[in-house]
Amino acid sequence: MNVFNPNQLAASDLPKSNLIIRLAAIGAVLAAIVALFAYAGGWLTPKRLTPASMIDTFEKVNGPHPGFRRNHAKGVCITGYFDSNGNGVALSKAVIFRPGRVPVIGRFALAGGQPYVTDAPHTVRSMAILFQLPDGEEWRTGMNNIPVFAVRTAKAFRDQLLASAPDPATGKPDPAKMKAFLASYPETAKAMQLIGNRPISSGFDNSTYNSLDAFRFINASGAVTPVRWSMVPVQPFAAINTTDPEKSDKNYLFDALIASIHSHPLHWHLVITVGQPGDPTNDATVPWPPDRQQIDVGTLTVDQVESEDTSPARDINFDPLVLPDGIAGSDDPLLSARSAAYSQSFTRREGEPKKPSAVSTTETEK
Amino acid sequence: MSTPKPRTQFAIQSRILHWLMAAMLLAMLFIGVTMVASLGHYHLLVAIHRPLGIAILVLAVIRFVNRLCTKLPPFPPTMSRQERFLASSSEKLLYALMFILPLIGWGMLSAGHYPIMMFGPVHLPPILPANPMLYAFLRQAHTVLAFLLFATFLAHLSAVLFHTVIIRDRLLDRMALWPTRSRQQRELPSIPD
Repeated sequence: MNVFNPNQLAASDLPKSNLIIRLAAIGAVLAAIVALFAYAGGWLTPKRLTPASMIDTFEKVNGPHPGFRRNHAKGVCITGYFDSNGNGVALSKAVIFRPGRVPVIGRFALAGGQPYVTDAPHTVRSMAILFQLPDGEEWRTGMNNIPVFAVRTAKAFRDQLLASAPDPATGKPDPAKMKAFLASYPETAKAMQLIGNRPISSGFDNSTYNSLDAFRFINASGAVTPVRWSMVPVQPFAAINTTDPEKSDKNYLFDALIASIHSHPLHWHLVITVGQPGDPTNDATVPWPPDRQQIDVGTLTVDQVESEDTSPARDINFDPLVLPDGIAGSDDPLLSARSAAYSQSFTRREGEPKKPSAVSTTETEK
Repeated sequence: MSTPKPRTQFAIQSRILHWLMAAMLLAMLFIGVTMVASLGHYHLLVAIHRPLGIAILVLAVIRFVNRLCTKLPPFPPTMSRQERFLASSSEKLLYALMFILPLIGWGMLSAGHYPIMMFGPVHLPPILPANPMLYAFLRQAHTVLAFLLFATFLAHLSAVLFHTVIIRDRLLDRMALWPTRSRQQRELPSIPD
């Protein structure tokens, strides 16, 4: 069907040169809009660091593991509840801090993109929690058992992934690459020392999990407080036995967690660290001074454990910026980047066929 | 009493809705395509994208009811039969996308087990059960249909520019926000099919 037919051009009664200029102008307007759209979508800048290229890097470094989270791939799901003691109300108007109980669903995991990796003491452990608030709001948070995060920005994270990737020739990371990486990111070199020197507990159940990123609490009168938070275990600390014979069991850390939950509910205190003016909120590699006020706002109880194979938590994106009114992100650049990258990982894995989790239903029912 | 002159412009509320939604839809397309490729601005843009999408859905309902209740100005004689058919079809497509895209966005977040956050504590209920494959399908559909909307917008814009700049039949006057003078311009031939 010829829409702009010659009859129409004839009807325009413009001199030919004028007509060509006008047609070219229309073409230029359309081309400009398309070019702007393409630029916004990143198609004109293939080297730009995007959520997709970030997750591509994970897939390149870890190999393809369809159906699994691209990071913190090996995990087990839990449910329980949170009892708020009301102490958080002064800092945040979020409904969660009013005295009372809310249900939680969550996940313990090991950092890294290998879903069938063997448990190891130094691997970073994580706790992800979704608080289901009575008004339908949610608070999702992912925390790690390290005192600070290793990198300050998404770009540093990508570069760290590439620097620590095993060299195909040797099967081990190239020390020269890691050295070059640390030289360009001095904040990471410092953070790695703090992370390396942390006391490592014997299991998931007696680990402290930290938010690492800073957030903002907003109270009923509108006052804004910079905060970080931690889940501090009630279970007593015991140092990990690095010569543990159980290590021969691939899932020994997860199995110990499962056994522990089966024998008695586990508890953590949710402790808010109150930042002072000048405390960096945009740099997760830097610890805040140790004398900062800490407020225990309630107790998390974990009383059920379930394999990813059956738990709805497998299909929850623990996006750190799913926050209730009264909690907001800070100027930490990692927060939006985590949100974006998690979403990309989530979208990819949800559409992929699922394989059984390393921590199977047989293990969780033992 | 003189007989009422035939309408030369869309009703004023139709014109306001048209330009308001044109700005919103274009902003939405650019926000959408920017946010999925952005790490640093992702959160801010998504936080705008969600309530803006729902606002478009609400306006689409109002606009559809308005469309059914108002009389349209006739097509100009410079539009051929095929072109009129294409214009009507693309209008239907645009209406369909104005409804479907926000509904898919809402449904996709529901299927993805996300809270449908608007602003402050305000959020919407899920409209679909949480389901991974359903989420993945709707997420893909959201992108594909957004590209279709962008393409339809470009076609619409091309047609209007062609009429306005080349044929100069004052087609754009029908949608102008201000009243336009009566057609006292040069004689325009009608287009044979």
